[in-house]
Amino acid sequence: MPDQPLQAERAPVSAGEGDLVERAKAGDMEAFAELVRRYERRIYRMARQITQNDEDAEDVLQESFLKAFEHLDSFQGQSKFYTWVTRIAVNESLMKLRKRKSDRTVSLDENIETDEEPIVREIAVWDDTPESKYSQEELRQILDRAIDSLKPIFRTVFILRDVEELSTEETAEVLGLSIAAVKSRLLRARLQLRERLTRVFKRKGDGIFGYAK
Amino acid sequence: MQSSMITCKDFLRELSDYLDDATDPALRAELEKHINECPNCWVVTDTTRKTIQVYKGMDLHPLPEAVHHKLMNALAQRAAQKQAKSGS
Repeated sequence: MPDQPLQAERAPVSAGEGDLVERAKAGDMEAFAELVRRYERRIYRMARQITQNDEDAEDVLQESFLKAFEHLDSFQGQSKFYTWVTRIAVNESLMKLRKRKSDRTVSLDENIETDEEPIVREIAVWDDTPESKYSQEELRQILDRAIDSLKPIFRTVFILRDVEELSTEETAEVLGLSIAAVKSRLLRARLQLRERLTRVFKRKGDGIFGYAK
Repeated sequence: MQSSMITCKDFLRELSDYLDDATDPALRAELEKHINECPNCWVVTDTTRKTIQVYKGMDLHPLPEAVHHKLMNALAQRAAQKQAKSGS
């Protein structure tokens, strides 16, 4: 017997997003499931990175798609479905952070950074390829810890722009921020991560040329 | 054409746009001139670019299979509830 997929009615992978959304709105559950399959990995990864917690990420993933499912009628289609779900997921993630940390710094509206100059302290070249020096698992931990050290407002912008590769405009839309605010936060996030990673990845021994007695 | 001097501070402010290739050509040329003359800014640019790259290449948190199944089950359940409510 040929390898027949269980879901014979499964939407073709090539179906356009708009088409899937329309069918899902009309009650086609399989079309909605296809949308979930397309984006669940990205939504989970993003939620995991913002919340820094497996359980929270799982909750956020589930809540976000259930909310999207419930409120599909209110989705206008002016933005992409992915951007819309991302917006829901970011809000859910920040809510989790607030609950867990009862942390008042978990706000996207803060204006704390606009007057500050970006900071650069560590100036050192890196080892040629950090990837070859550490195991995947070690590297994962280093990168994770560095992200975790950022304030949520910087972390979130970095994740959306540089990990999930949303445009500046999409990031602004998702977070309800101005383009200028996204850019200034991204710069600070990148520089803070650079600072952290430089402490780990800098080429050892360079110091002897300049500073050793 | 008059060339204005770019300081390290100015450079740093434009770094993100420079890396994203989002500056106009005239500014870009000035920034490039600055990097070529300033070793510190060259290093900061290089290591910031590497910072972005190293995150792009890593799937730090792959979705566990079990989490995927839970999500699909929760959705199926919600869909069934919705259908029951609408009286079919």
